[in-house]
Amino acid sequence: MSENLIACRGLSKAYGRKAALSGVDLEVGRGRIVGLLGPNGSGKTTLIKLMCGLLQPTTGQIEIGGLPVGTETKAMVSYLPDRMYFANWMRAVDLFDLFRDFYRDFDYEKAIAMCRSLGVEPHDRLKTMSKGTKEKVQLVLVMARKAQLYLLDEPIAGVDPAARDFILHTILTNYNEEGTVLISTHLISDIEKVLDEAIFLKTGKVMLHETVDHIRETQGKSVDALFREIFRAQTLEGGEF
Amino acid sequence: MEWKLTDDRPIWLQLTEQMTRRIITGVYPPGSRLPSVRELAAEAGVNPNTMQRALAQLEQDGLAKADRTAGRMVTQDTAVLEDVRRAQARVVMDQYFNAMAELGYSPAEAAELLKEEKE
Repeated sequence: MSENLIACRGLSKAYGRKAALSGVDLEVGRGRIVGLLGPNGSGKTTLIKLMCGLLQPTTGQIEIGGLPVGTETKAMVSYLPDRMYFANWMRAVDLFDLFRDFYRDFDYEKAIAMCRSLGVEPHDRLKTMSKGTKEKVQLVLVMARKAQLYLLDEPIAGVDPAARDFILHTILTNYNEEGTVLISTHLISDIEKVLDEAIFLKTGKVMLHETVDHIRETQGKSVDALFREIFRAQTLEGGEF
Repeated sequence: MEWKLTDDRPIWLQLTEQMTRRIITGVYPPGSRLPSVRELAAEAGVNPNTMQRALAQLEQDGLAKADRTAGRMVTQDTAVLEDVRRAQARVVMDQYFNAMAELGYSPAEAAELLKEEKE
């Protein structure tokens, strides 16, 4: 087993002329919970999509568990997209069947148990569910796998603060301990205390990659406060409108 | 007992302090078994690695020791517990004397006042 679970070297992605990521070098170890933090349009979703093979890098390399992104790495990666992609007529249990077929590491019993603890009725149809409930179903699908790498793109954006705590609790108590969880979000204060490390993305570049405790020790403030400080002045740079 | 985490300091340090407090106040009695890292982490809503680090510090302070089979036990060494309790009491007393000094009382006066107040 290679030491780093994620290794990116000189990773860039451009959509036409617009650069979404430029020259990202990144290494993330195993057994970590990592926050991928940055304002809108900083490249968080692009980076995650590159890691799960939904996008191809323009230049540079990316490896998961020592392998280039491909069929083998997809079996190791559990991905929570930032939007729903399921048909409305389906029930949660239909999705569980689908996932059981697709992924060898999907634990059906665990998925049902997680639904119960999140207060979701697994036999309800998706179209009868609220947005927050659908997000919970999606989270269950992703966390009921025993994956090496969980990529969670904005897992808490659509739910109320009380449900947020519950979802974080679900993530904490269900992730595979040798696996790593990468959570992208801009709701930093809500997830800060579950993180080992924070990665700050700014206009497609990694501008900081540190452990949360180190940030607090050296800066004397929370990651949330540091984030606000770093990204505050941005809009003023252009001068007049 | 609630976990209180503030923004300005490392989380593991705050966890160590609160675990220490729980031990010296007898929430976890001497010789008892501490909950597992996972349980404590879930209860406090923090990362298990962070809780692990906090518990390692407790071991270093002599307040807990790892048992190969039974997890972590609270120390039975009452001298260690008393030392830690005294150290925490000293912090409280320092705060008192500092606040009184700001009000213009010498340490002797402050001590005298405290005694009168209690009688």
